[in-house]
Amino acid sequence: MATEILMPALSPTMEEGKLARWLVKEGDEIAAGDIIAEIETDKATMEIEAIEDGKLAKVLIAEGAEGVKVNTPIAIVLEDGEELDDTAAPEPAAAPTEPEPVAAPIEAPVSAPVVKAAIEGSKIFGDTAMVEVTVREALRDAMAEEMRRDEGVFVMGEEVAEYQGAYKVTQGLLAEFGEKRVIDTPITEHGFAGIAVGAAFAGLKPVVEFMTWNFAMQAIDHIINSAAKTLYMSGGQMSSSIVFRGPNGAASRVGAQHSQDYSSWYAQVPGLKVVAPYSAADAKGLLKAAIRDPNPIIFLEHEMVYGQSFEIPDVDDLIVPIGKAAIVRQGRDVTLVSFSRGMQLANEAAIILAEQGIDAEVIDLRTLRPLDMETVLTSVRKTNRIVTVEEAWPIASIGSEICSRVTCEAFDYLDAPPTKVNCKDVPMPYAANLEKLALPNVDDVVSAVKSVCYRDKA
Amino acid sequence: MIEFTPERELEAYREMLKIRRFEEKAGQLYGMGFIGGFCHLYIGQEAVVVGMQMSIDKGDQVITTYRDHGHMLACGMDPKGVMAELTGRRGGYSKGKGGSMHMFSLEKNFYGGHGIVGASAPLGSGLAFANKYRGNDRVCLTYFGDGAANQGQVYESFNMAKLWDLPVIYVIENNKYGMGTSIERSSATTDFSNRGASFDIKGEQVDGMDVRAVKEAGDKAVKRAREGGGPYILEMLTYRYRGHSMSDPAKYRTREEVQKVRQDSDPIEQVKKRIIADGIASADELKAIDKEMKAIAANAAEFAQADPEPDAAELYTDILR
Ligand SMILES: Cc1ncc(C[n+]2csc(CCOP(=O)(O)OP(=O)(O)O)c2C)c(N)n1
Ligand SMILES: [Mg+2]
Repeated sequence: MATEILMPALSPTMEEGKLARWLVKEGDEIAAGDIIAEIETDKATMEIEAIEDGKLAKVLIAEGAEGVKVNTPIAIVLEDGEELDDTAAPEPAAAPTEPEPVAAPIEAPVSAPVVKAAIEGSKIFGDTAMVEVTVREALRDAMAEEMRRDEGVFVMGEEVAEYQGAYKVTQGLLAEFGEKRVIDTPITEHGFAGIAVGAAFAGLKPVVEFMTWNFAMQAIDHIINSAAKTLYMSGGQMSSSIVFRGPNGAASRVGAQHSQDYSSWYAQVPGLKVVAPYSAADAKGLLKAAIRDPNPIIFLEHEMVYGQSFEIPDVDDLIVPIGKAAIVRQGRDVTLVSFSRGMQLANEAAIILAEQGIDAEVIDLRTLRPLDMETVLTSVRKTNRIVTVEEAWPIASIGSEICSRVTCEAFDYLDAPPTKVNCKDVPMPYAANLEKLALPNVDDVVSAVKSVCYRDKA
Repeated sequence: MIEFTPERELEAYREMLKIRRFEEKAGQLYGMGFIGGFCHLYIGQEAVVVGMQMSIDKGDQVITTYRDHGHMLACGMDPKGVMAELTGRRGGYSKGKGGSMHMFSLEKNFYGGHGIVGASAPLGSGLAFANKYRGNDRVCLTYFGDGAANQGQVYESFNMAKLWDLPVIYVIENNKYGMGTSIERSSATTDFSNRGASFDIKGEQVDGMDVRAVKEAGDKAVKRAREGGGPYILEMLTYRYRGHSMSDPAKYRTREEVQKVRQDSDPIEQVKKRIIADGIASADELKAIDKEMKAIAANAAEFAQADPEPDAAELYTDILR
């Protein structure tokens, strides 16, 4: 029976990839376990293995083809003694019998024009020439630039050196800076976080990567008790200039223990600064600022944004100040406040709302502690309405804090109750349909805005 | 080395092959997009859980990490329910809400399925604590990896387990790598059986590719713990053939290294060779068993694809009782 080999999904977030190389050719006998092709994703080159014995009868996708969607047939394999019959369609290898929302491809990435519009609207960077980079590259470049600038800066964490980072954010750093400054740790978060804080007490400048922030729960005691509180407890003698960074929030289908958003946990702690960028320019400029900052910084990234490209200004030393929000879109009717991946929802919602005659002002907080309330309040005094957007749980969230402060500090300006959009108040479920229901989406934002604008749902 | 009866040899063959065929199927379903997120396959390590399972009785507990499919099948959990959890469907062991890394079956005394590296060590010690507290003679098999063996909570557990003589067996599955890091690069000492030394917990290294060696060591450790001898460490020397998870390009080791283990010490091939050599079954009879195991995996996959997703209302259930 002829079977089709389908383009495999090789990671939780993969939708398409490049068929980099065929290692077998038409007519070759292949055995289960043989490597037959190499596929490049945005993160890595992966080998794919044959699942059954047989003969490679036909290559359907030539090597070098880019953007091959997951599940596209890439070759036909015949069992012993079979011949390829061109007229009969081969039986697809258990053709995904899924009209339903099964295997729903992981969140379509936001289309490039949206990102561009959001950045251009901000006019943050004036007329500077722009280059396109991914958030992943921007973060790496920020670390590399600061390491060149300051001998005391080093990077440590699980798989950051030889493996080039579990999410490939530290790619190339080992080659340039060597193993003294790019350090693979054992899986011992509490221990290496403490060691990093100790090194920072002695004046070094550690950049600690947590594979994801979920695993920093092992280390949270040192982050808060040792890093955040020491300056105060020592009467100003001693502090730690340290950055804790890594992906925060929900990736895709990784379940409750791997999908938590810690924004408000850390934003609650005096003695920390908390940064959560969305765009590549902010990721780079804020990470550079964080590394130079004399305080402990929590730097929250987002895995689903790592591969996204943005235009960033082509300057030598891009620094974005910590503690300043950005108005990425000017508007009169309502203020949309978000950060990190929530910005994707806010930006998309703003475009949809504009088509319906609602002119939203979109603010990217960028820093969660200290919060730039001035920018938020100024906007609310103009629009008289506010909706906050974030992926975290609703109770005691960043949105809760902003809504409370807007209520206290701009009460007389409000024409509607401040409103929050969050994920549902449940642990993150694994099932595709439930995960989708748990996470906030663009429709949630659009309808929240309509409700504060007292517009009927369309 | 203990000798297996012909029935034992065949049982070992079936059970290990069941896991392997199941895992191969899971890998295929992942490639087709039916399974999402992380999916850690157990291929290569089958002798460990199959041998240990032969050493315990009904009522003993098992707890492990996210690399848990093999443990669940060995505990007698239904392959359909496991596969349906992998695809996130309502017939899965956690109704589709847990996924590959988080699955449980109270009925089979399988306590998970834990995504956080190191977490199984104190949790398993706690299950053993409950056994001692109740005064029953149950033991808890507490599995974790070589990478996990460096987590601080493992040593906190060791201390209390010895202090309180808890009936726990720490089964350290040393497959040589924690993600992309070899034990030599992560660990100051790589004899994990010796890691209880400062707490006076004895241990031994076991050929985890030979199911008989696993059972022999398991029998001794279980008997000891059951009779009040306290904790014990079994370091299983094993190997995973596939990447850490489906998305691991596995550039940290050579193809040859993997190939060599497969050729020289594959746990299933070892049993197969003995069965043929001792005339316990013919090659054709073993083929028939293989076919049966493939059918179990295929049925599980079919169920896991056809079973509906959980009802939307499940989003809000099981948060508190
Ligand atoms: C506390 C924590 N840190 C990091 C991770 C990410 N992670 C998952 S598995 C793994 C490697 C564990 O290796 P090992 O204990 O040897 O088990 P194996 O995967 O080899 O079975 C890592 C680093 C995690 N899940 N939990
Ligand atoms: Mg390991």
